[in-house]
Amino acid sequence: MPLSTSILLTIALAPLVGCLLAGFLGKQIGRAGAHCVTILGLLISCGLSFYVLYQIGFAGAPAYNHNLYTWFEIGHLNASVGFMIDRLTAMMMVVVTFVSLLVHIYTIGYMADDDGYQRFFSYISLFTFSMLMLVMSNNFLQLFFGWEAVGLVSYLLIGFWYKKPTAIFANLKAFLVNRVGDFGFLLGIAAVLYFMGTLDYATAFAAAPTLVGKTLAITQGTHWDAATVICILLFIGAMGKSAQVPLHVWLPDSMEGPTPISALIHAATMVTAGIFMVARMSPFFELSTTALSFVLVIGATGALFTGMIGIVQNDIKRVIAYSTLSQLGYMTVALGVSVYAGAVFHLMTHAFFKALLFLGAGSVIIAMHHEQDMRYMGGLRKYMPITWITMWVGSLALCAVPFFSGFYSKDAIIEAVGESHRWGASYAYFCVVAGAFVTALYTFRQMYLTFHGKERFTVVEHHGHGHHDDHGHHEPGVLAHAPKESPWVVTLPLILLAIPSALVGFFTVKPLLFGHWFGSAIHVNPANDILGEMGEHFHGALAMALDGFISLPFGLVVLAFAITTYIYLFNPAMADKVKSLLKPLWTVLDRKYWVDNVYYALFATGSQKLGRLFWKAGDTAVVDGVMVNGSAATVRRIAAGTRRLQSGYLYHYAFAMIVGLILLLGGYWLIGQ
Amino acid sequence: MINLQVFELVCFYAFAVITVGAALAVITLRNTVHAVLALVLTFFSTACIWMLAEAEFLAIALIVVYVGAVMVLFLFVVMMLDIDQEKLREGFVKFLPVGLIVAVVMLVEMLALIGVRAMHAQAMGVNPATAAGQSNTAWLGTALYTNYLLPFEIAALILTVGVVVAVALTLRQRHSAKYQMASEQVSVNPRDRIRIVKMDAVRPVEPVVAAAPEQESKP
Amino acid sequence: MITLSHFIVLGAILFCIAVAGLFINRKNVIVLLMAIELMLLAVNINFVAFSRFNHDVAGQVFVFFILTVAAAESAIGLAILVLLFRNRSTVNVAEIDSMKG
Repeated sequence: MPLSTSILLTIALAPLVGCLLAGFLGKQIGRAGAHCVTILGLLISCGLSFYVLYQIGFAGAPAYNHNLYTWFEIGHLNASVGFMIDRLTAMMMVVVTFVSLLVHIYTIGYMADDDGYQRFFSYISLFTFSMLMLVMSNNFLQLFFGWEAVGLVSYLLIGFWYKKPTAIFANLKAFLVNRVGDFGFLLGIAAVLYFMGTLDYATAFAAAPTLVGKTLAITQGTHWDAATVICILLFIGAMGKSAQVPLHVWLPDSMEGPTPISALIHAATMVTAGIFMVARMSPFFELSTTALSFVLVIGATGALFTGMIGIVQNDIKRVIAYSTLSQLGYMTVALGVSVYAGAVFHLMTHAFFKALLFLGAGSVIIAMHHEQDMRYMGGLRKYMPITWITMWVGSLALCAVPFFSGFYSKDAIIEAVGESHRWGASYAYFCVVAGAFVTALYTFRQMYLTFHGKERFTVVEHHGHGHHDDHGHHEPGVLAHAPKESPWVVTLPLILLAIPSALVGFFTVKPLLFGHWFGSAIHVNPANDILGEMGEHFHGALAMALDGFISLPFGLVVLAFAITTYIYLFNPAMADKVKSLLKPLWTVLDRKYWVDNVYYALFATGSQKLGRLFWKAGDTAVVDGVMVNGSAATVRRIAAGTRRLQSGYLYHYAFAMIVGLILLLGGYWLIGQ
Repeated sequence: MINLQVFELVCFYAFAVITVGAALAVITLRNTVHAVLALVLTFFSTACIWMLAEAEFLAIALIVVYVGAVMVLFLFVVMMLDIDQEKLREGFVKFLPVGLIVAVVMLVEMLALIGVRAMHAQAMGVNPATAAGQSNTAWLGTALYTNYLLPFEIAALILTVGVVVAVALTLRQRHSAKYQMASEQVSVNPRDRIRIVKMDAVRPVEPVVAAAPEQESKP
Repeated sequence: MITLSHFIVLGAILFCIAVAGLFINRKNVIVLLMAIELMLLAVNINFVAFSRFNHDVAGQVFVFFILTVAAAESAIGLAILVLLFRNRSTVNVAEIDSMKG
């Protein structure tokens, strides 16, 4: 049964309706009204997404690709709004709406006493709408619309607490860094339009083989391969949105936003837009091994080195943020070796367990009265068992322990990189394997610091003062109440996310990776089909997990587990010793490889100077001085001059007239001759 | 015929000389009244020249309207205003060279532009009015009242406006002067002028003022 | 034989005299007005002459109108003069510079 347009429209628009109601009528419908209406919209959207997934993925409905509305036409360029729903899209829709729904529910608890309650719900619903527009798009322009819209919502949400200077700094940073990526992305789209003459996916993909052999002469005498240029430009866009290495700096700072947002946007969905986009553009990327090698190296670098920063972080959210960077690196590596299905698979499993980890961290933060520093936590497991257990599930999934969902996706990626012969694959293999160790290191460290060991906070009960709970303004490590388990609206999403985090990989690995489930949605050249080779050795999810116990990455995970267990459970003083022993390395990591400093020195101060120059020279001198005041002054000067001509004496005027007459006569005389 | 033409030429030169001389007098004479009189002479001799050109109506109109009305108006004003002649002539000598230069340059240019020689040969020819079998006045009048009727009416309007403006500008109400307001006189009501007061026949007794003893004791 | 040139040259001479009059009597408004009358007269002479020599009635009609307008102009000019003298007790143009910018 083909998909009906109205269902798809409902999926996309239900969150938008919720957003508009909560945003514009927030005061009228109140706090409960705001979360009811947005959650209802999400429920509808999520339910229908599951239905669509079922129809298209299992009931055999054909892929849907129709234009619904023509936005504008310029010459041969037809910009329209349309949906292209295939299995890739359907899976993304489910991931987005499901995680978003749970985050909506979670937000009821997390933002319970925030003034911007309705605004928050409005934003996250708007985000869901934007993300759906992005993934459901059937053309580049709508993709770009969704791309920018999620960027906008991200900006709004990072700066949600707009009175906090660090939040404002962070959202500006995110916005600016994303602009760099978007610039490349826009150029990429322009290049597609230039070579293909269309922005429609289906047409462009069908015409992709014609790109072979075409070159682009940017400057005289250079001939760049068209496919490489397009792919690298598009990937620069993905680097911005998916926080790949040179443009990753915004993501850790985005933790200034409320935790639900970190879970929804900066871990589970928005940052995966770049991965999704590259997977969607696989017909292009398959044309250029150069571009894929570029993708591979960038991703591998991110997978290892950003993960290492996570080891030295003390902020619970930042650890997870760096792990997100690292996992995005893994996905990018998968893209780089043409294992698009693996990347998308990891995207899905990562969405579940990373959302789970973030929401769990948020739950801890609630319990700790908005204290985020892990140095003042510890021993929380007896206060909040549900959070503890679910976070362990998420952590094990993140560390790719066999049977957990993360294992299937991550192990497949590592193995695929090992099989690949692409340029840079050996570097990438080293990075992803070492990255597995690093991942386990920071994950277990975080879990131990938070939930195990001695309590490093003190509870000072304020008797007789009634309930006053001014978050985070007391001394660090001093709590007004003992930490307690979060309300059900917080724990329910944790449980609901823990289930797929643990199980989804086991059930989906076969069709998604080796069963060609994606079909024509993802195009892989036969020569690059590593998954096909791997599929020959695949004997079911159970066997894969059992194999996983004797693999090198798992060995590293166990090693990391042993190290962290020893250090943080049995010998806490050891941590400082190791730290002083590896002082130079620690400094490098703590300073985040000085990337921020370099950017700040290079771009921020540079643009500030440039801005000051424009302000002084351009605005003050030219616009104000010359154009505004200058024109006034010129008029004034001319007027002052002509004023002197107006002597008021009759004979002066008569004289002027007569002189004019003489000149006129003389002129006629000259002409006459 | 030759004699007549020579006579006309002689007459023209005579009147032209008078005209130019009188015009020079207008701009140079010290006494403004004399200048006005010289202007009258200029107009008069010009009228004679127009007669030579057989424009009789305009010649007469110039004398009647200009000399008779406008110039008299000038004389009136000049004589009425108490003008300090000496002060007004300041700078006369100073600006004489400039004036002369400008005038001469302009004259040269004009003559050059006119191309005196080119038109020298053009004779006066037959008087168009005579050719049409009319007098000059009838000829002009026919044109005025047929083709130029609208401008003629407008000219009349301009003159009327001129009169009204001249009166409106110079009219002033003297506050010291006494006027008889006929309209007010006519519209007077007897009751406004006469008041009939009914009085008692007996004269009322005046109240006796008690005199203060202190006042009396004072000197 | 009187030719067109005679009239035109006479007109030009009168006009130039009037211009010179404007210059050398730059303070006396009455003389200025009279110089303007002279200019108009010079123009009128030209009109009459052209009318006569080109056998065109328009020239004389125009003279008629010029006379009319000039009469109105003189009347108003003199009225202004009277008003001026009444208010400032002078007809000296050099003292009248209210319009100075």
